[in-house]
Amino acid sequence: MKLHLKIWRQKTSTATGSYETHTVEADEHMSFLEMLDVLNEQLISEKKDPVAFEHDCREGICGACSMVIDGRPHGPQNGTTTCQLHMRAYKENDTITIEPFRVGAFPVVKDLVVERSSFDRIIQAGGYVSVNTGQAQDANATPIEGGIAAEAFDAATCIGCGACAAACPNGSAMLFTSAKVNHLAKLPQGQVEHKKRVQSMVAQMDKEGFGFCSNVKACEVECPKEISTENIAALNRAYISSMFTTSD
Amino acid sequence: MALENKVPPGPLSEKWTKYKSTMNLVAPNNKRRIEVIVVGTGLAGASAAATLGELGYQVKCFCFHDSPRRAHSIAAQGGINAAKNYQNDGDSVYRLFYDTIKGGDYRSREANVHRLAEASTEIIDQCVAQGVPFAREYGGLLANRSFGGVQVSRTFYARGQTGQQLLLGAYQALSRQIAKGTVKMYNRHEMLDLVKVDGKARGIIARNLLTGELERFAAHSVVLGTGGYGNVYYLSTNAMGSNVSAAWRAVRKGALMANPCFTQIHPTCIPVSGEYQSKLTLMSESLRNDGRVWVPKSVADAEAIQRGEKTALDIPEEDRDYYLERRYPAFGNLVPRDVASRAAKVACDEGKGVSKTGLAVYLDFASAIIRYGKSEALTTGISNPTEAKIKELGEEVVAKKYGNLFQMYEKITGENPYKMPMKIYPAVHYTMGGLWVDYNLETNVPGLFALGEANFSDHGANRLGASALMQGLADGYFVIPYTIGSFLANEIRTPAFSTDMPEFEQAENDVANRMEKIMNIQGDQSVESFHRRLGKIMWDHCGMSRNAEGLKEGRQKIRALREEFYRDVFVPGRADEFNPELEKALRVADFLEMGEVMILDALERNESCGGHFREEYKSEEGEAKRNDADYTHVSAWEWDDTNPILHKEALEFENVELKTRSYK
Ligand SMILES: Cc1cc2nc3c(=O)[nH]c(=O)nc-3n(C[C@H](O)[C@H](O)[C@H](O)COP(=O)(O)OP(=O)(O)OC[C@H]3O[C@@H](n4cnc5c(N)ncnc54)[C@H](O)[C@@H]3O)c2cc1C
Ligand code: SF4
Ligand code: FES
Repeated sequence: MKLHLKIWRQKTSTATGSYETHTVEADEHMSFLEMLDVLNEQLISEKKDPVAFEHDCREGICGACSMVIDGRPHGPQNGTTTCQLHMRAYKENDTITIEPFRVGAFPVVKDLVVERSSFDRIIQAGGYVSVNTGQAQDANATPIEGGIAAEAFDAATCIGCGACAAACPNGSAMLFTSAKVNHLAKLPQGQVEHKKRVQSMVAQMDKEGFGFCSNVKACEVECPKEISTENIAALNRAYISSMFTTSD
Repeated sequence: MALENKVPPGPLSEKWTKYKSTMNLVAPNNKRRIEVIVVGTGLAGASAAATLGELGYQVKCFCFHDSPRRAHSIAAQGGINAAKNYQNDGDSVYRLFYDTIKGGDYRSREANVHRLAEASTEIIDQCVAQGVPFAREYGGLLANRSFGGVQVSRTFYARGQTGQQLLLGAYQALSRQIAKGTVKMYNRHEMLDLVKVDGKARGIIARNLLTGELERFAAHSVVLGTGGYGNVYYLSTNAMGSNVSAAWRAVRKGALMANPCFTQIHPTCIPVSGEYQSKLTLMSESLRNDGRVWVPKSVADAEAIQRGEKTALDIPEEDRDYYLERRYPAFGNLVPRDVASRAAKVACDEGKGVSKTGLAVYLDFASAIIRYGKSEALTTGISNPTEAKIKELGEEVVAKKYGNLFQMYEKITGENPYKMPMKIYPAVHYTMGGLWVDYNLETNVPGLFALGEANFSDHGANRLGASALMQGLADGYFVIPYTIGSFLANEIRTPAFSTDMPEFEQAENDVANRMEKIMNIQGDQSVESFHRRLGKIMWDHCGMSRNAEGLKEGRQKIRALREEFYRDVFVPGRADEFNPELEKALRVADFLEMGEVMILDALERNESCGGHFREEYKSEEGEAKRNDADYTHVSAWEWDDTNPILHKEALEFENVELKTRSYK
């Protein structure tokens, strides 16, 4: 099928970008990224600069792929990363607009590639349990009810892609941050540092320039792992209570 | 070169404990002055960097990804083994050790494997303490499942995302050290050379991928946890960026590449659908519990399917060949990975493949659906159920067991596997070979260590399911933090190295020249097209089955391709800017050399063992035939542009008896 692509091109983080249009011949069995591979091979054969985009696992787990397709981070299908989207979702002569995640705290590197190290710094601010290698007790010493472990797991499936912030009109990173906070808060191992963690991760999020959360809930719709906004509500409650109770 | 494996003396089960308690240590005040470079943030690299940081070393850690959390380990699905014996089903450290040695077809080192089995239990404790949400039973204790080829239930898992959860645990431990300042993290930095000073590994040259700048980093010691080389085949289940360059650059600086021909081909992957295909997706081994593998008996039927004139449903029962059940009545569809893969290839080579490309076999759940449907009807008290009702009930049972996999399959192929059998084909999955290391995980270059999939040490000629995650974390959390002391204890008086030393300058110039050479070719073919062609040569000549003739031909083809690459590759843009095409070009250039060594190794190993099947060496029934008299050794290759040189480390088995594997 013939497709028309309107793609954001931007040479460097400081350059001004603009849209470029291209036509590609795609096959319905291709993944969206394979369609972009075809475009890039075409551009290279014309000695032109290929479109830069981030990708690695191509099966929805590494969180590298990151683009806004026709206004939606990761494209039209819910619960799907860009790399899992297949061209069956499109038809002959469709025009597809592709642009980078547009979030202040994710500066554009080139074309569709953005820099998301702000997420790493949020985790560094407290998204862990302070236990050195070798200090652990036996794994079965503390039983954890199966349902609770499953809830912790659901929050822990976040792939750190940043679609939540890209979907949010305020560019907030609350869904990402709250997913990590709640993953750890559900488990006994994470409870000791819970309050401190909440404060420092939220503080880091603000410092990185992410926006505030005004309960728009667009993040939950676009999150490829369908992380629930209940996590945000829980984080808000924990944040308020931590204001009154932490000692340092 | 004599390869000294440095295995400590004493009884197998006491070696590691005794060694740990008598080895040289580095005192805390000295650790603060010692710098260690860790390249890689997969399970192996992240766990090593975090633990070395906790111990007080000054660590510099590198990954080419935009974040350490995206290392390829994130994609592992099934689980991680550990000899906890929580199920009280007779598991033990010895049993895990024995299963691993036997699964590896007796081509790994006993002492290393035993240590791995010992460390396995501590890994689970550590991960739980970090908050890894493993699956649990109702009572709150950890759940286990079984994996291929073993008789106990020792695999810990976190749904189908075990690798993700374990890696996030290690990433978080690493993040904590980054925050504390003991580890300095360099994202988007690709190691392009190893720097040696007086024969010892003392630093690396890395390219800052954002700016294109070459940067020099010095340390007392260098640790590589840079993953496997499966992408030499272009198409594999590995992430797109996985590559051999860090290990290969070490080889170019004198390290040895061990058993490079040992690659694992996984039988159940979603087949290639067209020329544009960029990677292959794994369908879990567990599906073979209920799926039946078949192809049509006649080539005519297969061709009709290939042309799209018939489907699986048009082939009556008597015209189907359930070839695994026919050839291996005892194990049927559950033969080990290498055997199942080769049998699928044989069927397709005979022209009986069932997709447009002819490279696919069916994995059919119809009988399982009927079987489950009938028993479900019985237990729920439905008498005289209609056929439709039976199917409906059966599909529900199958959905409960494999729902997420069926959904993943449908997302990729657009076909409903409840109604139409899955099409599957083997794909490259894992590489057992890697940098040669001794018991300390140190390569033959002093001060250079290799961990995880990047080394060759534990899986012999075939890896068992759920053992790679175990090895990566054992190496990083529990082995290297001790064994690196064997080298560093003698370095406490060595001052920090300056990157102004001529060795660094020389290495940086070499890298700059290498890049310039590739940039200046300005030919007509893309990097991708060379990589695809290399992959095809490797797959055709050094894939699921190999023979001397084909290997020799493959070697010539690779050499010709390499020559063509340096004449006609086109890399757009500049070297001093963000340039993903240049990144790929440098990796493909290294794969073009690695591929040749793999072929040489396969040619030299005149036996069939594990994943390495030489057509000349098989039993009358066509099964793999090992040659223990001549090949019970590790083959370690030294690179040379014209003729790489082979070194051998004899493998001694003092605790297990070598036997033939049979699945009939
Ligand atoms: C689809 C799939 C499923 C799997 N499932 C399982 C399973 O269920 N159980 C199991 O035990 N095993 C499984 N495996 C195997 C297992 O995942 C891998 O063997 C293991 O994760 C490898 O870990 P690693 O730390 O050695 O390397 P990797 O995770 O590959 O990490 C390599 C790291 O090195 C960095 N790097 C590489 N080169 C450079 C360079 N030149 N400069 C800077 N940085 C560099 C990368 O950025 C990355 O951080 C699976 C594999 C695949 C493909
Ligand atoms: S919460 Fe969802 S959208 Fe946000 S980073 Fe995690 S996976 Fe991506
Ligand atoms: S490429 Fe890994 S999630 Fe899309």
